[in-house]
Amino acid sequence: MSGKNRTVADIVAVCQEMYEDLSFNYARKWKAAKDGRKVVGFLPVYSPLEMIHAAGCLPLGIFGGGDQMEVIHGDAYYQSYICRIPRSTIELGVTNRLDFVDGMIFPFVCDVIRNLSGMWKIMFPNVWTKFFDTPQNYDKSIGGTYYIQELKELREGLEHMTGRKISDDDIRRSTKLYNENRRLIREVYAFRAKAPWKASASEVYLLMRAGLMMDVEEHNAMLKEYMAAATLEDRPKRDNVRISIYGSFCEQPPLNLIKSIEMAGCYVVDDDYSLNNRFLMVDVPTDGDPLEALAMTYIENSVETSCKYVPDGKEKGKFHVDAVKACGAEGVIYATPSFCDPALLDRPMICDAISKAGIPYIAFKYAENSGQMQPIREQAGTFADSIKLWS
Amino acid sequence: MSKEAVKEASMEMQKKMIARNYEAITSKHETGRKVSSTFVPGNLNELLMCFDIVNNLPEINAIQAGMRKASGGFIMEAEKSGHSEDVCTYVKCDIGQMSKGNIAPNGKPYPNPDVLMLSYTGCYTFMKWFELLREEYKCPTLMLHVPYEGDGHSTKNMRDYIVKQLKEVVIPGLEKVSGVKFDIDRLRQYLRNSAKAEDDLVWCLEQGKQPISPIDAYFGGVYYIGPIFTAFRGTDDAVEYYKMLRQEVQGRIENHQGPLTPEGTHFNDQKYRLVVEGPPNWTNFREFWKMFYDEGAVVVASSYTKVGGLYDQGFRHDPENPLESLADYCLGCYTNLNLPTRVDLLAKYVEEYKADGLLTNSIKSCNSFSAGQLMIMKEVEKRTGKPGAFIETDLVDPRYFSAANVKNRLESYFQMIEQKRRAGGSKTTVAA
Repeated sequence: MSGKNRTVADIVAVCQEMYEDLSFNYARKWKAAKDGRKVVGFLPVYSPLEMIHAAGCLPLGIFGGGDQMEVIHGDAYYQSYICRIPRSTIELGVTNRLDFVDGMIFPFVCDVIRNLSGMWKIMFPNVWTKFFDTPQNYDKSIGGTYYIQELKELREGLEHMTGRKISDDDIRRSTKLYNENRRLIREVYAFRAKAPWKASASEVYLLMRAGLMMDVEEHNAMLKEYMAAATLEDRPKRDNVRISIYGSFCEQPPLNLIKSIEMAGCYVVDDDYSLNNRFLMVDVPTDGDPLEALAMTYIENSVETSCKYVPDGKEKGKFHVDAVKACGAEGVIYATPSFCDPALLDRPMICDAISKAGIPYIAFKYAENSGQMQPIREQAGTFADSIKLWS
Repeated sequence: MSKEAVKEASMEMQKKMIARNYEAITSKHETGRKVSSTFVPGNLNELLMCFDIVNNLPEINAIQAGMRKASGGFIMEAEKSGHSEDVCTYVKCDIGQMSKGNIAPNGKPYPNPDVLMLSYTGCYTFMKWFELLREEYKCPTLMLHVPYEGDGHSTKNMRDYIVKQLKEVVIPGLEKVSGVKFDIDRLRQYLRNSAKAEDDLVWCLEQGKQPISPIDAYFGGVYYIGPIFTAFRGTDDAVEYYKMLRQEVQGRIENHQGPLTPEGTHFNDQKYRLVVEGPPNWTNFREFWKMFYDEGAVVVASSYTKVGGLYDQGFRHDPENPLESLADYCLGCYTNLNLPTRVDLLAKYVEEYKADGLLTNSIKSCNSFSAGQLMIMKEVEKRTGKPGAFIETDLVDPRYFSAANVKNRLESYFQMIEQKRRAGGSKTTVAA
C-alpha cells in the first residue's frame, strides 16, 4: 500500500480512506490474503497489541462509528444518558460490518465498555471476546505479578482462538516492531510540537487512527515516509496559539471538530486521541521474559489517564501539567465525550491542577457524531484570542 | 404520604443501630476512635472492626440525604462548582453536602475521615469518587483493586491479587492509621458472626418464593440488607437483627400475611409478582413503593439486594480462610459479575420465584448497573417467556423522578401481564 515519494497529502488521503471505511476493507483484504489469518478488534484505551500481533493476527482498532454512520439498532440497546461509542459499536456489529472479526478485546476503560464485553459475548457467541483488566495497583510485586498472569491468560485465549502456540520469541519479535512504532510516533508528536504548522492536528490524527487499523510494519514505513514528506512541506506559520487537548482518549471527536479547533486559531501540539499507541512511554525490553517486560513497562512507564488510579494524591494532574510544559503548549482544551464517566469525573481534578500551574484552559463536551461546529469554533477562537491577549 | 411510616420491631432495631453508628462517627473527636469512609459493594466491615475503626459509608449518607429531600440542593451545589451534570449523583450529593456544613442525620457535623478505604469493586466511579474526596480530606487512601469477572467467573490470579493487596497494602495501612495490631483470630470471630447473619438473611430472602410473599424483596429488601451491607456485618447486633427479622417473616408466613407497608397494613392482596433489576430511587422512595402495592405488585426477588454480596447463591464468609473469603466476597458482588451471569441470575429468579416478569429500574447515575440493561431485559424475556418492563429514575437526583411517567409505565406493564395471562402466556401464581 505504500508508494515512493508520496506527499503528505497522498499519505493522509490513504489514512482518511481507511478512517472513513466502516466496512474495514483493509482488514478484510489482509485476512483474505492468506489462509488461516485472523483479525482481533480492540476498543480504547489500552490493549497490548504485541500480543495480538504475536498470535499472527491483525489488531484492528474499533472506535465506534464516528459521524458517518446512522445508528439505528444501537440506540435500542442504550438509554439516552449513555455515551455514543457503545451504541455505534453495537451498530457496527449488528450490521455485519465486523462479521470477519474473529476476536474482540474490551480493555478496562469504564463500566460501559466493561459491560459491552458481556453484551458482545451474548450477541456474538462465535467471536472470542475478552474483557482485559489491567492492574490499578502499581507495585511491581503486587499489580505487576497480577498483570503478568493476566497476560498469560490473554496469550492462552489467543492461542485457543488461533489454534497455534505463541512462543516467547514471537512476542519479542512483535514487541520490537511495536517499540519501533512507538518511537516513530513519539518522533511525529515531537515534530508536530516543534513545527505544528507543518503537521496539522487532523493529519496527525488520521495517521494515528490508520495505524491502529493496519499492519504495524506497514505503519512504521508510513510514519517514516510521513516524517520525510512533512519536513519538506512548505507551509506558512500562522499566528496561532499552541494548545494541548485532553479528555478525548475513548470516544473520538469527529474529524471536523479537530479541524474546527485548528481553524479557530489553535495549533494542537499534544493530545490524548486514540491513545493506545502512546500508552507505553518507553521501549519495552526485548530481553528476558517478554510478558514480564510488557507488564513492568505498563506498571512503571505508562501514561496517566482517567481509566487509571493515581496512588499519590499529590501527583494527580501532574502528568498533564508536565506534558503541557514539555510540548510548550500555552493552554489546554479539555474536550470530553458527553456522559463519559472517566473524563468527566476526572475533569475537576485535572483542570484544577492545570489551573494551579497557571495554564489557561477551557472545557467542553462532544459526541462522536457532533455536527454543529460553530459553537466549538467560537469557544476555541475566543480561548485562542484570550491567550494571545492576556497570557 | 407525610404520615410517619409504620415500622416493625426489626426496623426499629436497625434504626437504633444506624443512630449509634452515626453517633460513633460524629463523636470521634471525643472518643478518639478512627473513622474510615468506604463503599457498600466490597465492604470490608469485619476487617475495619479488627482495628476499632468506625465505618462511614458515603453512599448511605447520600441515601439518607435523598430520603430527607436534601440531596437535590447538594447535587446542584456540586454542579455549580464544576462537577458535570452527567456523572453519578451519589458523588455530587456527597461533595455538595461538604460545602453545606456536612451535617450527619443526627444533626452533628461529619468529622473528616482518617482513612479512605477504597474498596474498588464493581463500580468505576468509586475510584474517582475517592480521588475527589482525597483532595478534600488529605487523608491516607487505601486502594483495594478487585478485578471484574469478565469471563463469568473468578480466577486464582484475581483472588491471589486481592489477598496480596489485603496483606501488603490494606492491613498495614489500617494498622498505621489505627495504631492497632492486626489479629487474625479477631477477624475469624467477626466472620463467624457474618456467616450466621448471612444464613438468616438468605432464609428471609428466599421466602419470596411463598405463594403469598411475606417479604418485599426490593422496597422491604432495602431494610433487610441494611445491616449486612453496611457497618454491621460481623457484629453481634447484626446476628440479633437477622434472628429478629427471620422471626417476623416466619410470623407472617404462619399468618398468611404479606409484608408490612409503610402505612401499617399487611400487603396480602398480591396480584403481580415481580423480579426487579437495578437500585431504587431514594428521593421519592415511599411514593415509588406505593405505586407498586396500590396496584397489587409485590417484588419477590431483586438484584439490588445482591449488590453487597450474592449470599443466596451460596457464598458465606469463612472464618477458616479469612482473607481469601474477603477476596471471594468482593469478587462476587452483583455489579462485579459480567452480563451473561447477570442474565442467568435474573432468569433464574423469574423462574424460581414464579414471577410474572422482570422490571428494570434504570438509574441514570449508575452505568455499572445500567449499561446493558435493555439487553438484559430482552434476554430474560426470551428465556423465560415472561414480559419485561423498563422505567427510568435516578438514585438521589429529584430532577430525574417523574412520578406520572413511572406510574404510567407501571400501569401499562401490569396490563400487559394481565393480557399475557389471558392469552395463557403467564400463569396467575398468586394464591387466593
